[in-house]
Amino acid sequence: MTAIDAGASTAERRIATGKARQARIVGGVLLALAVFVIVVFGAEGDATFRLSRPTDALPVPDLVLPAGPFTYLAAAVLAFLGVRQFLRGGVRWTAISLGFGLAVLVMAFLVWATAGKAFSLTGMLQATMVRAVPIALGGLAGVMCERVAVVNIAIEGMLLAGAFTGALMGSLIGGWGGLLAAVAIGGLFGFILAALVVTYRMDQIIAGVVINLFVLGLTSYVSSQVFAEYRFLNNAPVFRAVKIPLLGDIPVLGPMLFQQNLFVYGALVMVAVATYYLFHTRNGLRARAVGEHPRAADTLGIDVYRTRYIHVTLGGMVAGFGGAWFTLGSVGRFDENMTGGRGFIGLAAMIFGRWHPVGALAAALVFGFADSLQQKLALLGTPIPSEFLATAPYVATIIVVAGLIGRARPPAADGKPYVKE
Amino acid sequence: MTGEGKLDAAAQKLLERAAPGRTEFEDLVVVPVFAVIAALILGALTMLATNVDVATIGKSYVALLVGSVGSLNAISETLTAAAPLVLAGLGLALGFRAGLFNIGAEGQLLMGGIAAVICGFSFPGLPFAVLMPLCLLAGALAGALYASIAGWLRAATGAHEVISTIMLNLISYRLLDYLLRQPFVQQTGRTDPISKSVPPNAALPRLLDGIDPNLRVHAGIFLVLVAIVFVYWLLFRTKIGFEFRATGENPEAARYAGMHSGLIIVSAMATAGALAGLAGANQVLGVLGRASPGFSAGIGFDAIAVALLGRSHPVGVLLAGLLFGALEAGGRQMQVDAGVSIDLIGIIQALIIVFIAAPLLVRAIFPWGFRKPGKPGGGAT
Repeated sequence: MTAIDAGASTAERRIATGKARQARIVGGVLLALAVFVIVVFGAEGDATFRLSRPTDALPVPDLVLPAGPFTYLAAAVLAFLGVRQFLRGGVRWTAISLGFGLAVLVMAFLVWATAGKAFSLTGMLQATMVRAVPIALGGLAGVMCERVAVVNIAIEGMLLAGAFTGALMGSLIGGWGGLLAAVAIGGLFGFILAALVVTYRMDQIIAGVVINLFVLGLTSYVSSQVFAEYRFLNNAPVFRAVKIPLLGDIPVLGPMLFQQNLFVYGALVMVAVATYYLFHTRNGLRARAVGEHPRAADTLGIDVYRTRYIHVTLGGMVAGFGGAWFTLGSVGRFDENMTGGRGFIGLAAMIFGRWHPVGALAAALVFGFADSLQQKLALLGTPIPSEFLATAPYVATIIVVAGLIGRARPPAADGKPYVKE
Repeated sequence: MTGEGKLDAAAQKLLERAAPGRTEFEDLVVVPVFAVIAALILGALTMLATNVDVATIGKSYVALLVGSVGSLNAISETLTAAAPLVLAGLGLALGFRAGLFNIGAEGQLLMGGIAAVICGFSFPGLPFAVLMPLCLLAGALAGALYASIAGWLRAATGAHEVISTIMLNLISYRLLDYLLRQPFVQQTGRTDPISKSVPPNAALPRLLDGIDPNLRVHAGIFLVLVAIVFVYWLLFRTKIGFEFRATGENPEAARYAGMHSGLIIVSAMATAGALAGLAGANQVLGVLGRASPGFSAGIGFDAIAVALLGRSHPVGVLLAGLLFGALEAGGRQMQVDAGVSIDLIGIIQALIIVFIAAPLLVRAIFPWGFRKPGKPGGGAT
């Protein structure tokens, strides 16, 4: 008895020390950031953030922030959070402080970069949403697959296949036809992944890598062999932005959420539907059970193989829709390898979002923000070379995947093939 | 029924251990051969689907053969293309053996290449015998350092190396672009992103220069042979190689036996990165002579296929690398002779991996040539 008690308290003490150490590390980081902000971000002039456009129904005055005082304020907030960590760091406060501190850091950075110039905040928010769409859809596809314990590295390939099909079929039979075709092709590759992984018990990561290579090879081959000659096959219509009448006029957030094209609305709807399905329906519960403990689910009569097939195919369809955004929602023509790693960033968004559709969307917004930020900053002409800014989303992904912003637990059976006995 | 079934399974396992010959032969030789055949057939079907007529398909496969082994020039091209594939493939094979999916060979290759180039033009005065090995070493070190970032992330935070290496790949492209625009790297007098040339006393010399100066095969193939021997020795004759393999087979058991999993992960990634960096150095010092954006040309990704096809064994990687080098050399000839885009080779390569990594799939398609399986065979690692 005594031994067990002693063991328990030692374990508790070890956990408590670990968390306290983590709190202190975060506190140290925040203090270092405070110093960094003071030293690096001192600047002259005012930063003007435009919050509305001349055409908006409800004009909002520009937000003018004096750069110098704001820098001191930001540093003070960071220092306060840092000191608080040392004095009273708890688990929840650590995560909140770090998240808030990073947000303050980004704001200070923006003010510093914009000092003396003007910066359209609404424009950037709108661009953030647009860039977040493929990442969010990729992340949602990842959630659908990983919730049934299938690691889907092939999201990149599915996005690319959707983009390609969208361009090809869109040129032939119009936007809606191209969209449906893209979703179908995405579902097809989802089905293939499920077959390779569930029936042929291939290693899930290798299967994903293979599908990526295959799709890249196939799309590049057809693109160079066929599109170069028959240009009319690569000239798809683009879904234009549609403004929702009343909601689109809300200042600042209106354009971001309600003046977008079909893909943004579709992504938001899909996230809502997926959340409801996974967490508020019986089938969703069964799917999650398959992901956590397939053998237990099997003994309860749930067909593990069929559930995995269905959900991985559904995930593929979501990825196909996301892929169509690259062509039908953006430029209308397919370029080789145009997805540029967004599928993998989507996977990171899924991990960041704790395998929850809404979390994945929020994470995708953060990544989209990083993506549109680096473009804007290149235009603003900051002293940082544009190549380094371009790596911002990738570095952010690494930081997220390394769990530096809180650890999360994947579905318990993630990555393991299930063999029915 | 269940009791007898269990006995059968146990007896099966015992047989397999006692007589590994037949299963291993199947796994190591029969499956890859059938995989290549199946991939070539599907490649032909793909060409049919994109309106290429049968005559051209025949011409393209003939060109594939001629372009890879049909002449001295063809063999030289095959060897030149195979060298970096085998080097990077060895690195990847090492990683796979330790249970690490190192998709970052492309980025490590780029880092190694640019390091070798910078080393080369920074010390043009040194004699060949010093400068060339120094540049190779610089390449290997750069690759090792870059890979160990992902290794450290995996060891310290558990970040899955698939995503972190892919991200590091994407970062390395930008990093290369940045370096190629820096004055100390960029070729004097040029505005496009291209590096200074490697001086002749750092370059890997062409071997058959006397016969025909156009033959590109270079001294890098000796490097490849050394690397094969080294990796074989490392994996199968040293303690750390044993630890790599043990961690790859069963990480929990390895840790229980006292092996430091963190150290093993970092050193495995570093070694893999060193080999990939060597591949990059091999390319710039032996073939390209300088660095330009994206000079890796997908070698890092092809090397994944090479390592898988070669079953992560040094000799297998050599054979697989030669095959892929042949595909690439022949593919170029195919593009010239039959007008078929070289991307078809990419499709064939991807199909080869599918069939390699899913022997069950191959057995389902080609039921002959395989002993009737008592229980489902390989596939899942």
